[in-house]
Amino acid sequence: MKRVYADEKWCLGCKLCEYNCAFANTNQPDMAVALKNTEIVPRIKVEETGKINFAVSCRHCKNPICIQSCITGALYKENGVVMMDKNKCVNCLTCVLVCPYGAIVEDSGGSVFKCELCIKNICKEPACVKGCPNKALLFEER
Amino acid sequence: MINYINPQYEVERDADRCIKCRVCERQCANLVHLYNEEADKMISYSEKCVCCHRCVSLCPTRALKIVKSNNTFKENANWSDQAMREIYIQAESGGVLLSSMGNPQPFPVYWDKMLINASQVTNPSIDPLREPMETKVYLGKKAEETVRDENGNLVCNTPVQLELSTPIMFSAMSYGSISYNAHASLARAAKELKIYYNTGEGGLHEDFYEFGANTIVQVASGRFGVYKDYLEAGAAIEIKMGQGAKPGIGGHLPGEKIVGDVSKTRMIPKGTDAISPAPHHDIYSIEDLRQLVYSLKEATAYKKPVIVKIAAVHNVAAIASGIARSGADIIAIDGFRGGTGAAPTRIRNEVGIPIELALASVDQRLREEGIRNEVSLVVGGSIRNSGDIVKAIALGADAVYIASGALIAMGCHLCRSCHTGKCNWGIATQIPELVKRLNPDVASRRLVNLISAWTHEIKEMMGGMGINSIEALRGNRLMLRGIGLTDKELKILGIKHAGE
Repeated sequence: MKRVYADEKWCLGCKLCEYNCAFANTNQPDMAVALKNTEIVPRIKVEETGKINFAVSCRHCKNPICIQSCITGALYKENGVVMMDKNKCVNCLTCVLVCPYGAIVEDSGGSVFKCELCIKNICKEPACVKGCPNKALLFEER
Repeated sequence: MINYINPQYEVERDADRCIKCRVCERQCANLVHLYNEEADKMISYSEKCVCCHRCVSLCPTRALKIVKSNNTFKENANWSDQAMREIYIQAESGGVLLSSMGNPQPFPVYWDKMLINASQVTNPSIDPLREPMETKVYLGKKAEETVRDENGNLVCNTPVQLELSTPIMFSAMSYGSISYNAHASLARAAKELKIYYNTGEGGLHEDFYEFGANTIVQVASGRFGVYKDYLEAGAAIEIKMGQGAKPGIGGHLPGEKIVGDVSKTRMIPKGTDAISPAPHHDIYSIEDLRQLVYSLKEATAYKKPVIVKIAAVHNVAAIASGIARSGADIIAIDGFRGGTGAAPTRIRNEVGIPIELALASVDQRLREEGIRNEVSLVVGGSIRNSGDIVKAIALGADAVYIASGALIAMGCHLCRSCHTGKCNWGIATQIPELVKRLNPDVASRRLVNLISAWTHEIKEMMGGMGINSIEALRGNRLMLRGIGLTDKELKILGIKHAGE
């Protein structure tokens, strides 16, 4: 299955992936309009320590501990991709606690959300990878 | 002290489009952009801007543009903004003015004053998509005559040649003046394209020995990084006598850039200035040059062609004639618009001659003296597109060297601040966080794309002229016409005027 892979060697820490992610999930046509005066809550996060940066998003694990721990069945797998059903989520945050990558984020709207490889939004391919200026993010089969 | 120098560029930020993502702030090594928390605003310090466009290119909402400042001195035709600015800089620093990249002065660009021919009615043009079209070039000494043995079979006595799939090579840029990743990109692209790149005078990083078959190793006046394995690693050896951007002077890579692997590759201690003398201290005549040419050939068992690179200067034809007799296999001539990582401004702007005139006069002279077959001619010094290449070949070049064009393909925006060492595009810098901005996967692809595109265009233009091989275009000056040139210029270029 194709996954998003981060290559620390080429990550500049520019955080464009975070903005492209947030933008893609607004389903709006213009980033300036969509993200103006908003605090973005992206599904990918650039981790930084000193001079080392890399972007972390959902690994779409083979046996996702988040799905195992989800008390309502809101998290489920579809063609290998860990997806999220907002209607079922009760915001218990168990998944946020158990995800070893910190890839699930609490939403202000009373549910959690996570990377779904842009399958559901208008981008249709991972926006973070598409917009990475230095190919530090790759969407490929490994 | 009052700062007399006002910003040349201004950063304009469209407040409606800026989402304060701070990408510009994180990407500018010159610290132009800063987020002010108190005001919740991005502030731009335009005086630090070098107009490299890194922020403009990466801004996700296209909120930025760099404009020329219209804040003006009371300039006139004699005392231009530039002339005054230079005096202010020197009055403050007391030093020699430094510049990067090629001569920016408004001297004539002869490529733009020549037009290419095409077939109509009386001879057929060729469609390169339907018919074979040869762009392969061999560089090196060509045999003087065809020799056959007693059975009438050809005796193959062609001296060693460089084989290029297309008449373009990446010219010398040292590891030190450009980054590891820039070198990696050039090396990978050269290998894929079946052409050559050039180490410049910085030695060959141990990681790039694997690209040896596509590498030209340079021996310059400082002899940095030169040793047996280095000479043997390359496909050819280039003796650098001069550089178009700074004829007559040497090089100086400041100690700050001699870090880590650069020091190891150059074989000099960390932090020491790498000074290449103006002359080779063992070359004061053609005879001396011949000694070095043959020393290098001897050291590599006569398996590698030797290139002698010179800057285009006033007596270039006579100098080239001497070089052709020195035993060199290839002469590389670098015109005055050729780039540099750093050169004294006055030398760069005032010294040397245009490559077009140098090429025409050298080719003519070597033909007249009957020694054109002794050497191949490679020209560089601001080849900007495939049209320039076709014109260069029609004037008599065997191949061209490109460097500025290659850098631009990799992302360089010609901000001409290489000498500051803070290249935001990861090219002319040794700062690790900046170097990593140039991913060779991306940059080598862009180089391959550029050269492939140019090769297609060369084929199109050759096809238009009814020529199906680059060999038939070489020195074919009838395919060129001058436009707006004086009789003298036409005579030197050896071409007719348009309409003739």
